[in-house]
Amino acid sequence: MTDSKYFTTTKKGEIFELKAELNSDKKEKKKEAVKKVIASMTVGKDVSALFPDVVNCMQTDNLELKKLVYLYLMNYAKSQPDMAIMAVNTFVKDCEDPNPLIRALAVRTMGCIRVDKITEYLCEPLRKCLKDEDPYVRKTAAVCVAKLHDINAQLVEDQGFLDTLKDLISDSNPMVVANAVAALSEIAESHPNSNLLDLNPQTINKLLTALNECTEWGQIFILDCLANYTPRDDRESQSICERVTPRLSHANSAVVLSAVKVLMKFMEMLPKDLDYYGTLLKKLAPPLVTLLSAEPELQYVALRNINLIVQKRPEILKHEMKVFFVKYNDPIYVKLEKLDIMIRLASQANIAQVLAELKEYATEVDVDFVRKAVRAIGRCAIKVEQSAERCVSTLLDLIQTKVNYVVQEAIVVIKDIFRKYPNKYESVIATLCENLDSLDEPEARAAMIWIVGEYAERIDNADELLESFLEGFHDESTQVQLQLLTAIVKLFLKKPTETQELVQQVLSLATQDSDNPDLRDRGYIYWRLLSTDPVAAKEVVLAEKPLISEETDLIEPTLLDELICHIGSLASVYHKPPSAFVEGSRGVQHKRLPPRSGSGESTESPEGAHSGGAAIPEAVPAVIPSQGDLLGDLLNLDLGPPTTGVAPAPTSAMQMGAMDLLGGGLDSLMGDDSEPLGGDIGGSPAIGAGFGGTPAVMPASLNAPVGGGLGDLFDLGGGVGTTTSAYVAPKTVWLLAMKAKGLEIAGTFSRRGGVIHMELSLTNKAMSVMTDFAIQFNRNSFGLAPAGPLQVLTPLSPNQTTEVSLPLSTVGPVMKMEPLNNLQVAVKNNIDVFYFSCLYPISILFVEDGKMERQVFLATWKDIPNENEAQFHIKDCHLNSDAASSKLQSSNIFTIAKRTVDNQDMLYQSIKLTNGIWVLAELRLQAGNSNYTLSLKCRAPEVSQCVLQCYETVLKN
Amino acid sequence: MIHSLFLVNSSGDIFLEKHWKSVVSRSVCDYFFEAQERASEPENVPPVIPTPHHYLISVLRHRIYFVAVIQSEVPPLFVIEFLHRVVDTFQDYFGVCTEAAIKDNVVVVYELLEEMLDNGFPLATESNILKELIKPPTILRTVVNTITGSTNVGEQLPTGQLSVVPWRRTGVKYTNNEAYFDVVEEIDAIIDKSGSTITAEIQGVIDACVKLSGMPDLTLSFMNPRLLDDVSFHPCVRFKRWEAERILSFIPPDGNFRLLSYHVSSQNLVAIPVYVKHNITFREGSSQGRFELTLGPKQTMGKAVESVLVSSQLPRGVLNVNLNPSQGTYTFDPVTKLLSWDVGKINPQKLPSLKGSMSLQAGASKPDENPTINIQFKIQQMAISGLKVNRLDMYGEKYKPFKGIKYMTKAGKFQVRT
Repeated sequence: MTDSKYFTTTKKGEIFELKAELNSDKKEKKKEAVKKVIASMTVGKDVSALFPDVVNCMQTDNLELKKLVYLYLMNYAKSQPDMAIMAVNTFVKDCEDPNPLIRALAVRTMGCIRVDKITEYLCEPLRKCLKDEDPYVRKTAAVCVAKLHDINAQLVEDQGFLDTLKDLISDSNPMVVANAVAALSEIAESHPNSNLLDLNPQTINKLLTALNECTEWGQIFILDCLANYTPRDDRESQSICERVTPRLSHANSAVVLSAVKVLMKFMEMLPKDLDYYGTLLKKLAPPLVTLLSAEPELQYVALRNINLIVQKRPEILKHEMKVFFVKYNDPIYVKLEKLDIMIRLASQANIAQVLAELKEYATEVDVDFVRKAVRAIGRCAIKVEQSAERCVSTLLDLIQTKVNYVVQEAIVVIKDIFRKYPNKYESVIATLCENLDSLDEPEARAAMIWIVGEYAERIDNADELLESFLEGFHDESTQVQLQLLTAIVKLFLKKPTETQELVQQVLSLATQDSDNPDLRDRGYIYWRLLSTDPVAAKEVVLAEKPLISEETDLIEPTLLDELICHIGSLASVYHKPPSAFVEGSRGVQHKRLPPRSGSGESTESPEGAHSGGAAIPEAVPAVIPSQGDLLGDLLNLDLGPPTTGVAPAPTSAMQMGAMDLLGGGLDSLMGDDSEPLGGDIGGSPAIGAGFGGTPAVMPASLNAPVGGGLGDLFDLGGGVGTTTSAYVAPKTVWLLAMKAKGLEIAGTFSRRGGVIHMELSLTNKAMSVMTDFAIQFNRNSFGLAPAGPLQVLTPLSPNQTTEVSLPLSTVGPVMKMEPLNNLQVAVKNNIDVFYFSCLYPISILFVEDGKMERQVFLATWKDIPNENEAQFHIKDCHLNSDAASSKLQSSNIFTIAKRTVDNQDMLYQSIKLTNGIWVLAELRLQAGNSNYTLSLKCRAPEVSQCVLQCYETVLKN
Repeated sequence: MIHSLFLVNSSGDIFLEKHWKSVVSRSVCDYFFEAQERASEPENVPPVIPTPHHYLISVLRHRIYFVAVIQSEVPPLFVIEFLHRVVDTFQDYFGVCTEAAIKDNVVVVYELLEEMLDNGFPLATESNILKELIKPPTILRTVVNTITGSTNVGEQLPTGQLSVVPWRRTGVKYTNNEAYFDVVEEIDAIIDKSGSTITAEIQGVIDACVKLSGMPDLTLSFMNPRLLDDVSFHPCVRFKRWEAERILSFIPPDGNFRLLSYHVSSQNLVAIPVYVKHNITFREGSSQGRFELTLGPKQTMGKAVESVLVSSQLPRGVLNVNLNPSQGTYTFDPVTKLLSWDVGKINPQKLPSLKGSMSLQAGASKPDENPTINIQFKIQQMAISGLKVNRLDMYGEKYKPFKGIKYMTKAGKFQVRT
């Protein structure tokens, strides 16, 4: 006796037969008939013709029959709205039934009948049920409000159901509270600004109480709701954390992950030196590890989230590397995620283990996985310097296997290793060249060509190798063609005598026979360069390349912070902000981590180009917060040098920003040999595109030496050489004598004739003579480095002061600093080495040719996404627009256009930094008002703060 | 919240659909089928699949895909957990969760799904509440129902539904009061070529079968609770008491339930109970390969290792094998290349071994990959972590219950690389 018998009547008159049975007098027969109908419905058969007959069976005291009829109703009411009205009376009557189960069932079913006419009748019974004495009915009614809202939002508001629902948050029964929260959260999703869930300490307390007693699902709703709250101070934050931590031991993994979200968010507010902070960190690791022993689908979601957590707080799981080791029968999606996390956790301490594992994976069967494993070895080499050698030898071993895709993948990563550690591992080039013939994927071919071009002087037959590629030039992909062009030009510059013919050939192929504009343009540029000034060409093409940074694939910090607020959600699985992809969430607010008390992070900069700005729908409200917030943020900013030791964001996470801001920008701007990397460095294409067609984008660092050659080529004489009297701040003391065994250093920065100078006053306050001065900079955001030695001519006798002017270049190693304009300096003398850090005004980086063409300005302004715009107020300035303009001009802030509207002057200005980043500005001044408004737009919004500072100092001095 | 559910069998047919909000067309599953086609193995279908208007979240269990459709931002884990709960409930009700069983009980299935979710919000997922609402089908009950005309559906509001102990119904009565606890530990391990342990961890659970009358309040204490620093509890366990005293104190659900699961990962606590000596080699240019495998027990505290099953996915180039087991039987499937050897019990005096040759495709090059060996085994009366229950006490009721504790260790994902 099974239900499958309901499927067996497939004769012709099936519907007719059922109809007869439904109208039978016998209860048992009726029930059997309804069951048959339901069975047909479940498999998608259309039984809507039986509607009136089934509804007739509704009036019954048999609960099972009633439930079955309700099931049917819910499915078909929509297609038979007029008939559905017939059922209303029974519903209304059932809502008065003494049995709470029947009352709840009625209100629940009514809400599922998505027919407008019925909803009118639903209001009264629903109102009663929301106040029912039985909590089971109340909790069902709470959900019904959400259903009704989905059908007719206006009706729900008019009837005041939302207020009743809010009252239910204070209900005595935890299950009712949980359902009210769930219903409100769902309604709030479609009403972004309704402030439905008005969270205050009282409601939070109620939620926390209900949290302990409600079902697992209710706990998820409550925790997700709690995560939206911003505690007033660190104490409240801590007390909430304390009450949420027990949820980490729940058997339901969704509860655990929601609890992790709340803790990760609120932790942000706790001072790091607090004991509790450390305890909490320790408590987070075990539940995350446990998630990995669950079913593979759960593991996948957990791993995607762990990926975020590891980036935000690597310390939590740093000892848990082994749980991420791959089992051979894990599903592929779990394997790939584990691999990614393994690399993120790789450090000097565990690198040997990791490498051994990766090597093991590289011999597996699954091609995708093997490729990723090989790539991972390369990433390890770049991330952990000490392991580079071992990684390279592992890669060589893999190349020996001669498995085609392994070899290709290995060559691609070895190219990256060369970029990170130039001139260190060229000994392997010979091995690579042996495999030249087996390469058939464009990426691998391009990588190999890059290597040959880069090290042409050490490869005897480089010309033959490149020539062999040239034969099928037109069949190659663009990537390979561009690479080949650059490599041959490099080769020519290195060995001009024997390769003249080759370079001619490739230039003509690129410029005459190709219809790809990129290739053609690059060909022409090389051609002009080579014919005008080969020396300049050499300096451009063979210029020292910036090293690639270790973390090219980290999520951009502001996006990461937002995603941390969305742990456990779809956003966390896709690593995109919810606004970018969830349908119907038009007004989703960008969530932010709460600021840590005392320090304050500049979370204010919107997500950069990396998050794929294009994916965010137009309708998203302006990301710039209201002015009040903005001022708050401004005041909160950590402007001082980080001497307090509160580094707000983990530095590893910042690396990515640095790549985007500097590396990426530079690479794509230089455009010659960075192509194969383009994909790895997110964001660079966007930057490139933004400047597409503007010729004046050669990086300024190259600009100086090749000025002549490029000048006539591109006509960018601009402001080069105009002597200006830019504002120079007075010297401040950077190094105190008592901290440096008697050496006192005061200094400032200036830009004179296009050269940056560090003006130093060295004072000897010790008793003995000081000699042998030398200076060195740490890596910094803009690659500042001394252009010459520190010239202190005479030995510095006690109580003597000497003034030194040290010219600086911007070709040093790059690393993003916090704050951006922080410079760490080491000064050595015969006594010791001393360290100090100082802040340089970013205006010293403003180059003289920063004046943009009007059209280009307009296009660029439009092209930069609105999220990158930052608005500031400058107070107490008493200059008119012309005076301001000329003052700013002397600091290389160029006014391109001026517009006057309603007594308000708007100055449009452009600035170019030494690394080729453009900042566009709109300065609004009003006569008689001493407050200026400054809007800055830049592809690297991180610099906005520093630029603002410059405006302030220049305008006020 | 959860919009709809589709059940898809291994041949890609939708055999059941259920909608909790408006009806979503079946065609949404086309995106799932696409992903299914792309996946090399059934288990490789990604669990979250985006479509233009919906997201599909799926789990694969008992060779059935449970595909949930959602439309707004919903925690995927919540959906996945719920789907697993659905499967568990079906299994609980019908004994097995297969396409046939679901089709046979389609009306009960539908009633259950309706009871478990309301408008996409979970309503009743506790097995004992569901069982009060919808009685599981039994042959006897079907007969009785047909005669008396009574129904499968409970008429009363389940008592547990809203109490502070929602997992327990009131008025439970047994003539024999018993409480059994099973401590079951699974070892997940990866052993490398040389026999050293790369990772090893223990996933332990305490499953309980409690049939006690009234409202018993139990406490369970351990000899060595320090082992349990990473635990997940059934909601009935009082967390504060555990935090303070390391004692499990709870009012148990009626019947079978999982009291707690735990995780022991620190390497030195995890003993590896078997070792494997292997020699699987292929020679360049020869169409033969050698295969030798010997198993032995270690660190088993004198307990026997039983139900040993060794399996290995041999390289694709292997045509057939000719092996000689010292005990048990082996099979080799020339299509899937899966070798499995049913060893049985390991006798420490005479270690089981499997030796012989493999024949390769003529002229094929030596296979690149090294097969991984998967081992299953059981050890009775021992928890490999050393966890021991100290005592079980009952308060709140007067009768004397019968108590029992059983220990068992099993292999989870126990893999040896060669």
